[in-house]
Amino acid sequence: MSDYILNPDLFSDDVKQEPIRAGFGRGLKAAGEANEMVIALCADLTDSTQMSLFKEAFPNRFVEVGVAEQNLVTLGSGFARAGKIPFVSSYAAFSPGRNWEQIRTTIALNNQPVKIVGSHAGLYTGADGATHQMLEDITLMRVLPNMVVIVPGDSLEADKATRLLAENGKPSYLRLTREKTPIISTDESPFEIGKAYVLREGTDISLMGTGTMTYQLLAAANILAEQGINAEVVHVPTIKPLDNETIVASARRTGRVLTAEEGQIKGGFGGAVAELLSEQLPTPVKRVGMQDRFGESGTPAELLDYFGLTPEKIAETTKDFINNTAQYHRDY
Amino acid sequence: MSGQLTTSQLQQKAEIIREDIIRMLEAAGSGHSAGPLGLADIFTALYFNIMNFDPKNPDWEDRDIFLLSNGHCIPVQYAAMAEAGFFDKEELLTLRKFGSRLQGHPERERLPGLENTSGPLGSGLSQAAGYAYSMQYMDDIKHRFVYVVMGDGELDEGNIWEAAMFAGKNKLSHIIAFIDRNNIQIDGNTEDVMPLEDLKGKWESFGWHVIEIDGNNIESVIDAASIGRAITNRPTVIIAHTIPGKGVDFMEYDYHWHGVAPNSEQAKDALHKLRTLNGKITHEGQGVQ
Repeated sequence: MSDYILNPDLFSDDVKQEPIRAGFGRGLKAAGEANEMVIALCADLTDSTQMSLFKEAFPNRFVEVGVAEQNLVTLGSGFARAGKIPFVSSYAAFSPGRNWEQIRTTIALNNQPVKIVGSHAGLYTGADGATHQMLEDITLMRVLPNMVVIVPGDSLEADKATRLLAENGKPSYLRLTREKTPIISTDESPFEIGKAYVLREGTDISLMGTGTMTYQLLAAANILAEQGINAEVVHVPTIKPLDNETIVASARRTGRVLTAEEGQIKGGFGGAVAELLSEQLPTPVKRVGMQDRFGESGTPAELLDYFGLTPEKIAETTKDFINNTAQYHRDY
Repeated sequence: MSGQLTTSQLQQKAEIIREDIIRMLEAAGSGHSAGPLGLADIFTALYFNIMNFDPKNPDWEDRDIFLLSNGHCIPVQYAAMAEAGFFDKEELLTLRKFGSRLQGHPERERLPGLENTSGPLGSGLSQAAGYAYSMQYMDDIKHRFVYVVMGDGELDEGNIWEAAMFAGKNKLSHIIAFIDRNNIQIDGNTEDVMPLEDLKGKWESFGWHVIEIDGNNIESVIDAASIGRAITNRPTVIIAHTIPGKGVDFMEYDYHWHGVAPNSEQAKDALHKLRTLNGKITHEGQGVQ
């Protein structure tokens, strides 16, 4: 069990909610105060991506790029060569959606510490529909050598992650969500790049989540507990480098793994966990997320329900999985 | 490096660089011939007159920055860097070979003195703009410049025009960009594949100061860069008309030589052409063996 401290009000009706991107906005300003090399570039979405706070505090260190995502990241590469630590933001659908090759060549292969911030990722982008619901960004970014990939579970983690990324010296991707989501952690909760956290211990299955899905898994674990199923919940905010040790140890304890993400399960977070376990500890894995299809317009609640990502739906999927799958490794 | 060599000494440097390009490509067995040969005079001017750098201290903080956007022309940069003392000339023959620092397309982390990694076209001008913006608006640096070389076929890429717009808006006067206007790209003549003209008018409308020169005339290259440095309210682009394959008559103007390396017989012939001004003189000069 890690020393992670969950928000004590997490399951109350008035749990505090905040968009994950708001934490990024605060973290970026703090990072800018701590290190004058930190700069920010945005592609005509400064309020949406929450770079406004930084822009107001450091107008000379903010650069407006216009609607030009290829230029956004390649400028970032040039600024990094000049010694800066550039955070470059847009919607995830456009960056890294549109400019992946530029990221690959001028940032990842070139190994420059540009911080690519993709906001409005996942189904929570809701009514804008499939074009704007970026579901492939985790996959796109985690296959790039040198790249660090972070998907915070709430706004507090986004704040911490942003400040850490400013100092990690590496090409990095930070995935953000638009809508308010419950705050699962506290200011005192630990957050390290490359660490996964066991939020709840269990014996029957490990529910592993990234980003907004961790909250859904914690709620699903409550439902399952009422039905006599003891689920472990593992929060994995760093997709790359993956915390192999924590994930394998949890799989060894429970013998079954379910992953959940607001994105394509193929090549995404679930793909990463399945790759790891198939090599180090073959374990049955059920991946919950987008099943090789695009999203569509709707409220986040409607979409999460339709695509099976609510606590109730995840609990159902978990029970089916447990009923149909032997438990491996229990007694190792 | 400013002002140390005479024009005829610079021309000799360009000759050596061309011969080295032929040798490298022959040894590699693949690579691009026409562009690097056409660019030899511009690179000679850059590395032996225009730019400030220290080959023994590649990260010297007062250096000028050079970015190659069309990474496939890297043989000419490797040849110029070796001639300028960044590394031993023998290493040129490792081009494109396993374990070499001289990758087929340039990788910054492999070879000190490279400022970027390129190959996929269209991203060099943006990197120049990022660096130049940092100099001009964040670091208060006045004495350093960012030189970037682009191909003309490369201008088909939208990323270039995003960068052109950005540099124009921000009046990034520390950028001095060269366009290697040799009129060829892989599928044929640039004006057939995707017309670029009115090229001068395009750049002017984006807020750039445009200079057109004979890019195979070293003095013209030096003069144009000097004008570019003197212009403080706009970025400068130098449309450098070059002859693809310059110096080797059977390669000149022929787009088929864009992405092909000479075999040993062709290389021997090419070296002979270079040393005899394509047969106009009988005496072969003293190239590096």
